[in-house]
Amino acid sequence: MIEALRRAAEQEMLRDPRVWVLGEDVARGGLFGQYRGFLERFGPERVVSTPISESTIMGAGLGAALVGTRPIIEMRIFDFAMCAMDELVNQIAKVRYMFGGQGRASVVVRMPHGIWRNSAAQHSQMLEAWFAHLPGVVVVAPSTPADAAGLLVAAIRSDDPVLFFDPKDLFGETGEVADPIGPIPFGTARRVRHGEAVTVVTWSAAAREVARAAEALASEGIEADVLDLRTIWPWDEEAVVASLARTRRLLVVHEAVEVGGFGAEVVARVVSRLGPGALRAVRRLGAPRVPVPFSPPLEAALRVTEEKVAAALRAVAAV
Amino acid sequence: MNGTGGNVGRAIALLRTMRRIRAFEEAALAGHAAGEIPGPLHVSIGQEAVAAGVCAALRHDDRITSNHRGHGHALAKGAKPAPMMHELYGRAGGYCGGKGGSMHIADFSVGMLGANGVVAGGIPIAVGAAQGLRLLGSDAIVACFFGDGAINRGPFLEGLNWAALFRLPVLFVCEDNGVAAFTRAESVTAGGGVAARAEAIGVPARMVDGNDALAVLDAAEALVAEIRRGGGPRLLHARTFRLMGHTSTDPAAWRDASEVAAARAREPIARLEAWLAANGIEAAALAAIAAEAEAEMAAARREALAAPWPDPSSAYADVQDIGAHIPMLAP
Repeated sequence: MIEALRRAAEQEMLRDPRVWVLGEDVARGGLFGQYRGFLERFGPERVVSTPISESTIMGAGLGAALVGTRPIIEMRIFDFAMCAMDELVNQIAKVRYMFGGQGRASVVVRMPHGIWRNSAAQHSQMLEAWFAHLPGVVVVAPSTPADAAGLLVAAIRSDDPVLFFDPKDLFGETGEVADPIGPIPFGTARRVRHGEAVTVVTWSAAAREVARAAEALASEGIEADVLDLRTIWPWDEEAVVASLARTRRLLVVHEAVEVGGFGAEVVARVVSRLGPGALRAVRRLGAPRVPVPFSPPLEAALRVTEEKVAAALRAVAAV
Repeated sequence: MNGTGGNVGRAIALLRTMRRIRAFEEAALAGHAAGEIPGPLHVSIGQEAVAAGVCAALRHDDRITSNHRGHGHALAKGAKPAPMMHELYGRAGGYCGGKGGSMHIADFSVGMLGANGVVAGGIPIAVGAAQGLRLLGSDAIVACFFGDGAINRGPFLEGLNWAALFRLPVLFVCEDNGVAAFTRAESVTAGGGVAARAEAIGVPARMVDGNDALAVLDAAEALVAEIRRGGGPRLLHARTFRLMGHTSTDPAAWRDASEVAAARAREPIARLEAWLAANGIEAAALAAIAAEAEAEMAAARREALAAPWPDPSSAYADVQDIGAHIPMLAP
């Protein structure tokens, strides 16, 4: 996946000279190699390694957008973006509205998120639900190399600000990626597998666990209809509703804490739309409301795994 | 008033700008007191020389960022009073369609990239704008206005370091009125203050009497020239005095009356008028400049008060394009 993301950003920087990238260590290829070779290809004016100054990385990206460039703002990992919440929440998300449409924050904010290699509480969070709650931004959380690449292309071309949550734990995933990489429209889910028993809605790192669990359960005769939302704002409500018309059973799975997670929004929307009696079973599966611990067995205990997804699937299918 | 490099023509232009800022804000205060203007209103009465002097040193295509006390910056950069006043009144025809109000005045057409409701919020935006302009091949610069309270926020230190590191064309303007909201800045600021901090980071700083409009202009012109020659960022520390409270409803009663009286004696408009009088400008000409400004702003207030409210459906516009079809965004 990291190579797919690298190619997507490279393709767009070749296509549009207004696109540039700023963030810590990007001229060295970025923390994950997602900008490898960019300095040599695009030069130091467009590949800007910055101080560890998250507020200014975020805010400078906005300022540069307001004069007509299209920055990719690299936050290294999502948790560090916490140091730039004023610039993201009060400024980027609001400039267009607050100024009556005079300016656009045409930026991509890349925030690699999620549990990855026992990195503990400040390097593992998934708080994408916060940003679905924030008017003014697009929220992207892909799970495959092709989706990540196509959505990054769409994000760079977007005039709206896009918060792009790179899935750290899936960076090693492999898969076919087109050349050239075409943009994937925001708000379109991808059907991971077709089934009639249970509709499973997921995104980002949890999608891998869901796909594995769904394959395993197919051998037990439980055929899940799995939708990877890919973007949670906007999100593909129509695809979910259409699937539920067949299955009448809903399971939402995300790696983030279950309480107040975006799964709650998915459930609330479909229940209010279809009516309280329309579904036979509704369930969410996320992490407990606990910070992510360091020690491998502790981390594993809290994590949304294939086994936990399988158990939830069996329970929902049995109703 | 030192007036070095000053001349009567420049002084008259500065006076006109300052009179217009003063008249705009006095009209806004009257509108607020009359219940016509909702929300908080932060006026810069007494600080007009900083906005006027700095913006007079800028080109049309130079950009500025501003703070919550930004009416003067906007007017001095060329924003028009009528759409500004409409915005304060929350009416259709305001610069932001009534979505921003006093704290979010912006006029991108004159390079005014927005006032800001968060202290120091404009600093990262200013350095990024400068970086973007350089990437686009422009030689425009960015002036970044902030107050003495902002120097205790992280983005000030980050932004100065960043601008120095990348040698960006930014003029940082610390409009030091001595008070951070209701607190004396000196009581919450350690060390040598804004200029010492800038110098420590490698941004050359210059102090000026911010109530001396000609001195501000001279200093700003010198710094802008250095910046435009590629010298990197500069900082102007302009000492001034906020004659009013933090907001229009704050009487700032905690201040000693003698302190305010002394400050009134140093206020920038009277000083510039005295300088002009001493340089041969008749009182009637000075009075005419004031009267013209007051008439212009009274008209802006009348127009704003008579203007229609924004259509409620416009509350849903300009949020974001992607996902705008989603039903929960609609009325």
